Amino acid sequence: MDDLVKPKNECCAGDKSCGVPDKQSPLQPFPMAPSTEAACCGSPPGPQSSPDEKPGYELLGFVESFIDTSIGPVPRVKTSLARSDVWGTIGARLAVNRNQYKIAPGLYCVGEPGPDSPVLITANYKLTFDTLRRELTSVGTWILVLDTRGINVWCAAGKQFFSTGEVVHRVKQSRLNTVVRHNKIILPQLAATGVSAVSVKKECGFEVLWGPIQARDIQQFVADGCKAEQSMRRVTFSMPERVVLVPVELSHLLKPTLWVLLAVFLLSGIGTGFFSFSAAWSRGLMALTAYAAAILGGAVAAPILLPWIPGRAFALKGMLTGIIAGLSVVITFSNSLTRVEAAALLLFTTSISSYLAMNFTGSTPFTSPSGVEKEMRRAIPLQAAVALMAVAAWVGAAFTG
Amino acid sequence: METFRYLPGVTTLQFETAACVGCGMCENVCPHGVFQLEGKKAAIRDLDGCMECGACALNCPTAAIRVTPGVGCASYIIQTWIKGKEAAACSGIDCC
Repeated sequence: MDDLVKPKNECCAGDKSCGVPDKQSPLQPFPMAPSTEAACCGSPPGPQSSPDEKPGYELLGFVESFIDTSIGPVPRVKTSLARSDVWGTIGARLAVNRNQYKIAPGLYCVGEPGPDSPVLITANYKLTFDTLRRELTSVGTWILVLDTRGINVWCAAGKQFFSTGEVVHRVKQSRLNTVVRHNKIILPQLAATGVSAVSVKKECGFEVLWGPIQARDIQQFVADGCKAEQSMRRVTFSMPERVVLVPVELSHLLKPTLWVLLAVFLLSGIGTGFFSFSAAWSRGLMALTAYAAAILGGAVAAPILLPWIPGRAFALKGMLTGIIAGLSVVITFSNSLTRVEAAALLLFTTSISSYLAMNFTGSTPFTSPSGVEKEMRRAIPLQAAVALMAVAAWVGAAFTG
Repeated sequence: METFRYLPGVTTLQFETAACVGCGMCENVCPHGVFQLEGKKAAIRDLDGCMECGACALNCPTAAIRVTPGVGCASYIIQTWIKGKEAAACSGIDCC
């Protein structure tokens, strides 16, 4: 203990030096401690921090490097997706992480862009950004990312986040006019719902060129002198495009399903003995199967088979898939159901399936809100009435036997 | 889109030919090819293909196009029935 030097109060005053004096440290080097960075125990330490890392900011995996520009360092991003990006996409599609799946707005680039390189404007939803950058494999390009609150291009345009104001703000904030010599910015066509090209030109001097709908057409579009073929200007709704929407539709049903579960078991147990737990269980399971069938019919089959199901109104399509789903349930349990109970389950499945299919209208690129309103004003009262009839029949059947 | 058709005769799309200057913006921005340039003016070639996204109206330099879509959301409509139109509201940023 005597070897330890007592701290001096006037340590930091004048030219007196602080800290451990030149004397040998009382701690002798541990004989087995190595002098290299190799591990003495456990796994080796990670690499040194990159000079691009900054306090308070995390360096993201999709950034390849930084390039120097007149406005400072601009991140150059990779044009291929890593496994973490693929997992992120899966998470977004399964509604596991989709509301905060975004990147910082501002100027990015791919390749070796210069003052004459094209400028693409996009949303800060990471799925959008990934979809875009993986297509930009040949030409150096600037990417100006807007703050669309982590929402994709079209929805953000509709909700006024991908707006004239936001475009103008980001263009000015990034001092784009000092980065490029030209005054053209390429916007995704679907942003036109929220952006007025004429107003953008007036407010920041940049001319909006409407790019193709799909990112995969951008390189061809630019190569053709920023001209789009007609097919690039039409939105599609193919089977894969419909299928990827189903998990999110299902995720909306998690909370309502808990209530349905409760109601189904309670209502199934009501009978001549006031309430029976065994009836709640045995009848409840059959009713629950009918509910599951309704989900399959209205939220899975109807979206996937959409163009092949008769009827323009989605409520009608859902009713048809619901009838098939309901009949399947009734046939499965035919030995355990009275005729009234079978009818109840069929009505129940049909009405719920119709309602769920009707809700899919909001996820399509071709239904008009006016049409949806018209459909809903007619369909919802019918769906509610049929569902109530189903409940009355189901409960009533327990009394009549 | 030709392969996907929704309810006919519902769109609120209105086009005033007199105000049209034939710039072709509507043809460029429409995702369903509702408009087509015919000579010096635009013309509607598929009215029922309109989904009321509003891109054409927002980008027409002479305001020759008008469209007023509703909300088209089930929970919103149900709210107007229960609470009345004034009290009905969207469920927030995460909803749609």
